[in-house]
Amino acid sequence: MSPAANKGGWSAGEMDSVGESCTELKREYDKCFTRWFADKFLKGDSDGDPCDELFKKYQLCVQKAIKDKGIPVDGLEFMGPNKGKPQN
Amino acid sequence: MNNNVGTRPYIWGSWPAGSRFCSCCPGVSVCEQGVCAPPPHHNCPSSAPDVAMVKHFMCCSVLKNSWDQVSTAFWQRYPNPYSNHVLTEDIVFREVTLDNCLISRRLLTKTSRMPRWAEKYFPAHMGRSAYIVEDSIVEPRSQTMTTVTWNISHARLMSVVERCVYRVNPENSGWTEIKREAWISSNLYGLSRAVQEFGLARFKASVTRTMKGFEYILAKMQGDTPARTLAETAKEATGKARETALAATEKAKGLASHAHKKHYV
Repeated sequence: MSPAANKGGWSAGEMDSVGESCTELKREYDKCFTRWFADKFLKGDSDGDPCDELFKKYQLCVQKAIKDKGIPVDGLEFMGPNKGKPQN
Repeated sequence: MNNNVGTRPYIWGSWPAGSRFCSCCPGVSVCEQGVCAPPPHHNCPSSAPDVAMVKHFMCCSVLKNSWDQVSTAFWQRYPNPYSNHVLTEDIVFREVTLDNCLISRRLLTKTSRMPRWAEKYFPAHMGRSAYIVEDSIVEPRSQTMTTVTWNISHARLMSVVERCVYRVNPENSGWTEIKREAWISSNLYGLSRAVQEFGLARFKASVTRTMKGFEYILAKMQGDTPARTLAETAKEATGKARETALAATEKAKGLASHAHKKHYV
């Protein structure tokens, strides 16, 4: 069974974006990503990113919202607090 | 594998919970020499890492679903009946690496929930949302997903860092095992130490004044004329006491600001 398949009509609920005006863009992108992740990415298919355009539009909106709200995400090292821990 | 500077070889997880952790780097243990371990040695911003109050937590759980299903569900897990406190969810960074790993950063805002007793002390925090960052690496070839989640707000009050590793269950390839570790610490420890130091120093200064007062009065009772005038002697004693108090305030400030200017925002 494909992990993304809807069993008996279940559909994922939807979250809001931190930028109120970005919610629609976020949901569009999420739909595209979910399909690509399950059908392509996990199967090792590195064909290209069909969601690239949607992602760019979404990021433009959300990065501005983050800046406007002063959320301190900038400059945070990736996996930052994990540094120095052994990989088990 | 771990070439430790310490006198004993470092074995991950062998440090008893709540013991020697570097207070600037949550989850990084401090060996006997006070050097952060395990290597590569983290350069502690402070020259003498404190023994911080950190609670360490470790557990393992199993989901009776395939790793593929779990890693897909990971991106769809909000909202759910148990996540009413999660207000917003955003992907703020995402990239497929050259070796076909997916790295992402997710930003979550949650309601700031505090126990009633804490609300009294931190009323300003109540109104504010809490911001949480979740970084993840999905490696489909090795069927491993690693996530690190931590709060970037309210961190001076309390910092929680969680690291999870999702792997195929070694006993059942249709299941997924989750190894979870968390480090919970609070900078309030540093603040209470500063208060203690200040209180102690002020007490010491007060004792100095008390003893000087006694000596003065006793000398008078014995008919000894104090070598200096009352005003001069009192001034000297007060001056000494003030010096001690000043030094104590500086030390306390130092401790408090040291506690504040850390890894935590």
